[in-house]
Amino acid sequence: MVPLAYYLGLSTILFCLGVLGFLIKRNIITIFICIELMLNAVNLSFVAFSAYLKNLNAQVFVFFVMVVAAAEAAVGLAIIIAVFRTRETLNVDRVNLLKL
Amino acid sequence: MNSSEPNLYLWLIPLLPLIGAAVNGLFGRRFPKKIVATVGLVFVAAAFALSAWASVQLLHMPLDRIPYIEEHLPWITAGGFQVDFSFYLDQLSMVMILVVTGVGFLIHVYSVGYMEHEGGYYRFFAYLNLFMFFMLMLVLASSYLLMFVGWEGVGLASYLLIGFFFLKDSAANAGKKAFIVNRIGDFGFLIAMFLMFQKFGSLNFSDVFKGASSLPVESAGAGILTAIALLLLLGATGKSAQIPLYVWLPDAMEGPTPVSALIHAATMVTAGVYMVARSNVIFNRAPIALTVVAVIGCVTALFAATIGMAQTDIKRVLAYSTISQLGYMFLACGVAAYSAAIFHLMTHAFFKALLFLCAGSVIHALGGEQDMRNMGGLRQKIPITFWTMTFGTFAIAGFPPLAGFFSKDEILFQTWDSPYGSKILWAIGLVTAGITSFYMFRLWFMTFFGERREAEHGTGHDNHGHANDGDHVHESPWIMLVPLAILAFFSFTGGWVNIPKVFGGNNLFDHFLAPVLSAGAATAEHENPGLEMTLALTSVVVASVGFAFAWLFYYKRRDLPGKFAAALNGFYTLVRDKYRVDELYNRLFVQPVIKLSRNFLWQQVDVGTIDAVVNEAANSAQHISNEARRMQSGNIRSYAGWVALGAAVVVAYMIWAGLQ
Repeated sequence: MVPLAYYLGLSTILFCLGVLGFLIKRNIITIFICIELMLNAVNLSFVAFSAYLKNLNAQVFVFFVMVVAAAEAAVGLAIIIAVFRTRETLNVDRVNLLKL
Repeated sequence: MNSSEPNLYLWLIPLLPLIGAAVNGLFGRRFPKKIVATVGLVFVAAAFALSAWASVQLLHMPLDRIPYIEEHLPWITAGGFQVDFSFYLDQLSMVMILVVTGVGFLIHVYSVGYMEHEGGYYRFFAYLNLFMFFMLMLVLASSYLLMFVGWEGVGLASYLLIGFFFLKDSAANAGKKAFIVNRIGDFGFLIAMFLMFQKFGSLNFSDVFKGASSLPVESAGAGILTAIALLLLLGATGKSAQIPLYVWLPDAMEGPTPVSALIHAATMVTAGVYMVARSNVIFNRAPIALTVVAVIGCVTALFAATIGMAQTDIKRVLAYSTISQLGYMFLACGVAAYSAAIFHLMTHAFFKALLFLCAGSVIHALGGEQDMRNMGGLRQKIPITFWTMTFGTFAIAGFPPLAGFFSKDEILFQTWDSPYGSKILWAIGLVTAGITSFYMFRLWFMTFFGERREAEHGTGHDNHGHANDGDHVHESPWIMLVPLAILAFFSFTGGWVNIPKVFGGNNLFDHFLAPVLSAGAATAEHENPGLEMTLALTSVVVASVGFAFAWLFYYKRRDLPGKFAAALNGFYTLVRDKYRVDELYNRLFVQPVIKLSRNFLWQQVDVGTIDAVVNEAANSAQHISNEARRMQSGNIRSYAGWVALGAAVVVAYMIWAGLQ
């Protein structure tokens, strides 16, 4: 049996990678994938805790997160396509119309 | 109030004119003139009818029920301090509401004709009704504070009506002057109220008078009652145009003539006299204050009368005459002859309103001419005005059996005979009576006798908007003449309510007012018929001398006044320039205040302190925001960085807290 700490360590590494990617990448698609990475890192810690505590509540949460992530992916990709159509770029630094 | 007591609906009396003011003020612009006038008249007439009805009811009340106090809602309640909306009717306020609504109604009727050709017809009637509302509040109030509401309100109405022709600079300035000078008096009234509350714990008339009557007479030295009385007097000198605050009244003649008649002759300016008479319990216990009242009244009477001799503007002569007659009323108050003061107030309301309305009729006839030097010979052209004005002139000059004779004679007699009076005050009063007679007949002769003198001295105040079409002198319409006739009737007979015993009367008016006004006062008893007869004859002789001089100077030998003025050159110009009091006040008070305001209050306090603080606050806010703005870069990754950093801090804290 793999100890809980290993799962949590992996989850932390994945989450930090997601954050790092979110912060340093400019391409919207990559940023989007990084967000998914963070969500799934959290999911991993959820299921790890669920197994460890013998409690199914956390798994329900995971389903919630997956549903939200799916919805988010649908809307997010649609937005990305709309942005690309009007701005002809996927570089977030150039999508700054709202900046003062 | 128990149920058997009659309800006099006093609250309706002031409310009716207020409704009229509201209707005309809010919607009058769209009404035709006839409806505006009807609204204005109907509500005042209703107030008069109701006042008359209430007065009859009051006369039938047993004396111990008077004062009749009608209590309504509480107005201000703070700790132990309570002021109600309640009304107070006794013999004194009964006389006042009858005079105010009666003379007021007649002047409203007159205004319908007089203001026919003026702009702002609805505005005029709205203001006039508003004035009636506040004046009735003033005389019906049951506490000093409610009275003060009316007091301020009539000041407001007066301001609005003086500045009625507000496009004219002089009218706007006169309005402001009246308002500011009255403020000085109001300050005295306010402080007096503070002192009263501190001493008696209430501002209701009944409580204050009960408290005051339990205090001893402050004959040895000045105490709190003297202080209250003197401060009330300061308020009264402002409203009633006495020295030192009389300067606003002559300028107030910039307003339309019916306004001068109603507000600046018959009613509002007598509010000070009413207030002093109402506070007689306080004044009677402060002999020093009484002396001050008498001296101020007496000096004002003489001072204003002498100025009146040298004025050429018909309305200004009447204005100074009003100040002088108000001085008489104060003199009467000062010798504790309050009923004489109120009697003179009433007769003066009749004949001075009449004189002003006649002057208005003359001005109307001459198309806006106010300078008496350009009048003359109007006797045949406007006979009705001439005859009514004759009644007014003889009444104010004090010829028997007209109203002015009885009231003025009673004041002079009381001044001589009352324990508070003195022979010197009487002598000054008598001289003033002679001067009054002189300047009134001067006005009379200059206006109506001799031959017409056309515009030798340029047109005067052409604020009455007729075409100035030369010799087209016309008598006023009947709607202006009827009030003149009624007022002339009362100027003739108004004095008969108080014929002294020596002339076969029985001082009805004095006895009627006695329950209110001589409670504890040592007024002179009329037990000296010989003296009274002598004094009356003296004053008639003096009035005749005034008449004779006026006849000589302004009818028989028209060259004499010029020579006389030349002989007394310096003095004559001084009097003509109203003793240069306005200039003196300007140098002493107005200029220093302007300098102080400009150099210190404006430059230092306003610009240097208040503005600087506000500007600095705004500047620093802008500065800080400019720095803080950098955080809002619009760069989504930097936001995310801040979020991550925050999360890291939270996690670090939790780990640290967990390790503890």
